[in-house]
Amino acid sequence: MLILDCPYCGIACDETELSPGGEAHLTRFGPGSSEDEFEGYLFMRENPRGVHFERWRHAHGCGKWFHAARDTMTMEVFGTYPAQTTEPPAELRKTISEKRPGWSWRDFS
Amino acid sequence: MSHRLSTGGRLIDRSERRSFRFNGKTMTGFAGDTLAAALLGSGQTLVGRSFKYHRPRGIVTSGGEEPNALMNLGTAKTFEPNARATTTELFDGLTAESQNHWPSLEFDVGEINAKLSRFLPAGFYYKTFLWPRAFWKHVYEPVIRASAGLGKAPRHRDADHYEYMHVTTDVLVVGGGIAGLTAAKAAAVSGAEVMLVEQTANWGGRAPVDGAVIDGQPAEDWVAATVAELEAMPNVRLRTRAMGAGVYDHGYSLVYERLTDHAPDPSRPRHRLWKVRAGRIVTATGSIERPLSFAGNDLPGVMLAAAVRDYVVNYGVAPGKRTVVVTNNDDGYRTALALKEAGLEVPVVLDARKQATGPLADAAREAGIRVAAGRGIAKVTGKGKVEVVHICDQAGAGAVVEEVRADCVAMSGGWSPVVHLWSHCGGKLTWDDENACFRPDPDRAPTGADGTPFVAAAGAANGAVTTAEVLADAWAAGGGSGEAPKADAEDRQPMMPVWAMPAQAPYALRAKSWLDFQNDVKVTDVELAAREGFQSVEHTKRYTTLGMATDQGKLSNINGLAVLARELGEDIPAVGTTTFRPPYTPISMGAIGGEARGELFQPVRRTPIHDWHEENGAHWEPVGHWRRPYAFPKEGESTHDAVTREVRATRERVGLLDASTLGKLIVKGPDAGRFLDMLYTNMMSTLPVGKCRYGLMCTENGFLTDDGVVARLSDDAWLCHTTTGGADRIHAHMEEWLQTEWWDWKVYVANVTEQYAQVAVVGPKAREVLQALGGDMDLSKEALPFMQWAEGRIGDFDARVFRISFSGELSYEVAVPASQGRAFWDALLDAGRKHSITPYGTEALHVMRAEKGFIMIGDETDGTVIPQDLGLNWAISKKKEDYLGKRAQERDHMTDPLRWKLVGLETLDGSVIPDGAYAAEEGLNLNGQRKTEGRVTSTYYSPTLDRGIAMGLVERGPDRMGEVIDFPLIGGGSVKAKIVSPVFYDPDGEKQNV
Ligand SMILES: [Zn+2]
Repeated sequence: MLILDCPYCGIACDETELSPGGEAHLTRFGPGSSEDEFEGYLFMRENPRGVHFERWRHAHGCGKWFHAARDTMTMEVFGTYPAQTTEPPAELRKTISEKRPGWSWRDFS
Repeated sequence: MSHRLSTGGRLIDRSERRSFRFNGKTMTGFAGDTLAAALLGSGQTLVGRSFKYHRPRGIVTSGGEEPNALMNLGTAKTFEPNARATTTELFDGLTAESQNHWPSLEFDVGEINAKLSRFLPAGFYYKTFLWPRAFWKHVYEPVIRASAGLGKAPRHRDADHYEYMHVTTDVLVVGGGIAGLTAAKAAAVSGAEVMLVEQTANWGGRAPVDGAVIDGQPAEDWVAATVAELEAMPNVRLRTRAMGAGVYDHGYSLVYERLTDHAPDPSRPRHRLWKVRAGRIVTATGSIERPLSFAGNDLPGVMLAAAVRDYVVNYGVAPGKRTVVVTNNDDGYRTALALKEAGLEVPVVLDARKQATGPLADAAREAGIRVAAGRGIAKVTGKGKVEVVHICDQAGAGAVVEEVRADCVAMSGGWSPVVHLWSHCGGKLTWDDENACFRPDPDRAPTGADGTPFVAAAGAANGAVTTAEVLADAWAAGGGSGEAPKADAEDRQPMMPVWAMPAQAPYALRAKSWLDFQNDVKVTDVELAAREGFQSVEHTKRYTTLGMATDQGKLSNINGLAVLARELGEDIPAVGTTTFRPPYTPISMGAIGGEARGELFQPVRRTPIHDWHEENGAHWEPVGHWRRPYAFPKEGESTHDAVTREVRATRERVGLLDASTLGKLIVKGPDAGRFLDMLYTNMMSTLPVGKCRYGLMCTENGFLTDDGVVARLSDDAWLCHTTTGGADRIHAHMEEWLQTEWWDWKVYVANVTEQYAQVAVVGPKAREVLQALGGDMDLSKEALPFMQWAEGRIGDFDARVFRISFSGELSYEVAVPASQGRAFWDALLDAGRKHSITPYGTEALHVMRAEKGFIMIGDETDGTVIPQDLGLNWAISKKKEDYLGKRAQERDHMTDPLRWKLVGLETLDGSVIPDGAYAAEEGLNLNGQRKTEGRVTSTYYSPTLDRGIAMGLVERGPDRMGEVIDFPLIGGGSVKAKIVSPVFYDPDGEKQNV
């Protein structure tokens, strides 16, 4: 039962207020993409032991989608940020680097 | 024999007698008794039968870890199985029955199992019943089912009610012994908001029984003073009868409070489940004494030493007249001394350690108790109870050196900290060599959202043993500054781990040494599992069922691990523990459900016309959170006949459908058209204002997820109709894409489903009915043709009228503001009276759409069906470069010519094919099953055609028109059906276009 801060309404949300949306920062591949690209987009997901980026929706609240960076082992939450971005904010990446030196996740580190 | 002492009992009130029934016999106890205490006080030492061998079993413990004394409590609507007598408080009129016995507790035919026990070794479920396969169904399973299970499932609806409580607190302290009280006080004086919960009815835990002295006061006085002090603090909340059941991520915790179990009162909730959000959690859950593994340790009368002491001190109950104490640590002497002080006989204390020294052993000797060092029990014998204790050298192989008559054995194998709550959320353990136990590893605590530990163990739960250690540890765990409560240091002698008694016990003795009393697992069972290659403790647990009973191995786990470790030649910490999972002890299903039962289980969504349906005898069907009328049977009419009547009336004259549940989403903005082109398979941006278009929505997987008619309201606004259950889901689907992929597109989506009542007026007389209401709208074919909409007034109502049809008839779907819905419905009924206007339900709707070959999301689709499977290519734009699902629909499996595709099915004999029937093909698949070539998706009796009609997905179906395929029936035989067009009625659409 996580608690995540909604970056829109500023509320510390109980997990029961949220609906999960799987991995964050996927790139959509549509018509014209190769089989591998499309398979990667549709099915291939990270399952890390450690730093992870996820999508959550404040479904029983303001209704907004946001992203959360957290450690899947320790449940530490490094931060949350609006979903209208293709990459984690630099500030957050710095925070994670301080706590988990040498981390990497997909193309980010 | 167990009996009530004439004096003593710190928790009971001898002036308050309590009468109860056990197995039909009336017995008495006192206020403050547990059921276990009252049973022992009444001389009832036999309280149950074990699971596998039906062996006679007695009370072993005085708390929540009890494996044997499980009762069926109450009757009928208050019946509850598997209640532990040790945690059940006595009240007047309590009724209890022992479990797992037949025909009676005293004489049980199942006990024959024990004589066959060598045929029921570890893993016997797996071994015996593998072969022959047919025996499973006809022999083994019925026999196992008849004899398995301890309590019985309740047969009546629970008469009690339950509730939740949500609370946020800085600190949750679990356990109200001296450690919990100390930790709570430490946190509270620092200003934190504190919740302190204790699972029993009494504060103080073991300390008052053990004679601890704190800050110069007897523990009992210190506890009373501390509780009073905490009660006076506004920032402290105290609850007894409240068990910390589980600890979860980020400080979430469940507390199970039993409000009226001790004093039934139907006006109050029976249990309350606290959902606690705590900044920090202190687990001051104490420790549990371990049994010793000697032969006959499961006989009634063999008990944990501290439990024996509890019964004497707390309840004035003697578990026996002559008690042999056997121990590997100092604590056993406390029991010997308590028994002696109560005037009971203690023929000998068997101390497994080579030396019996230290203050407690000396005190025992001074009290005139014989102490035998280096001795253990070879076996305990007796007929259904303890009669003779056979004494041996602990170091030997069980050669009997002495026999002592006794009726009780008090055993102490050392103490295991209760680490459950610490472990629930990832806290790790470390092996404590000195005390031979697992205790919390402070360096690997559960961590919270900020990455720091949020659980701290305190006192005995943290491996502290003496009172002084407990107090200092708990004060620190509570974050206390300043002076902690104090106790004198004790001269404690080291305990000695004893995993087998005697150490060299031969097979014959080990085969009678129980580890898990409830599930009947013996030392030899675990040894066998190890020999058969089970090395993982988790596998061994499942193979032997060690620790898998309702007590979750609270007594048996460490002893079992030790046996496994010895067999594997490993250290205990290397073998590790099984996983600790919540709840700590079983909690009621009622508490988990809370108020969510009956009408509150899932609140019903009601349309503005709902009341009319109810008043007019609607036969309801749940659709999403709505209830929709399935049909409106008249007095004496069957539902089937009602559906037939409703279909005919609609096709011949005019019908009325409450379509308010249909989802209505307004999509508006400069980029709304572009957005809808991505969401629907066909083109919505080109839809002219005033027109309607049927649309399909797919997921990125290509599968059809929703359908409905879209109307263009204005240059920048569209109204999207979704399926009845789909409005919230599709609204969320749209929001997801708008917020997370195309966030720069200017689109706004509003779910207006409940703002409108929508009524479909359907049938050849539909226009006449609406025209009779008057108003300012021209509803003629010319002014408002098929697939167009218009706005205006019908009668006195503000109406938006859609010329759309899901029945194939002339049809107007009229939306009015929700507040006008019921009046509009009534007006339509009035206006249609001369045409015998007929309200119809969802089944008539389904039949009529099936007659027309219209698909239904959820019938023709199941999450694996693409629009192309349903012959809906006409609704897929060829021009668009992209839409959700387009790329997926290009994958080779999606374009496979062998995909099952939609066709109509006409039975040769006119019968109705059963729902869900599969078409069988010649030959067998690799699993030896008949091959299939299709399945039925919708099947109905068509009143219009007076025959069975069906739609189905069939391999290459559209290419096989006229072929007859075979649908085998459950129970033999088959139905033959011809593949035909799915449009059974008015294939050219003439009737809807008038
Ligand atoms: Zn929010």
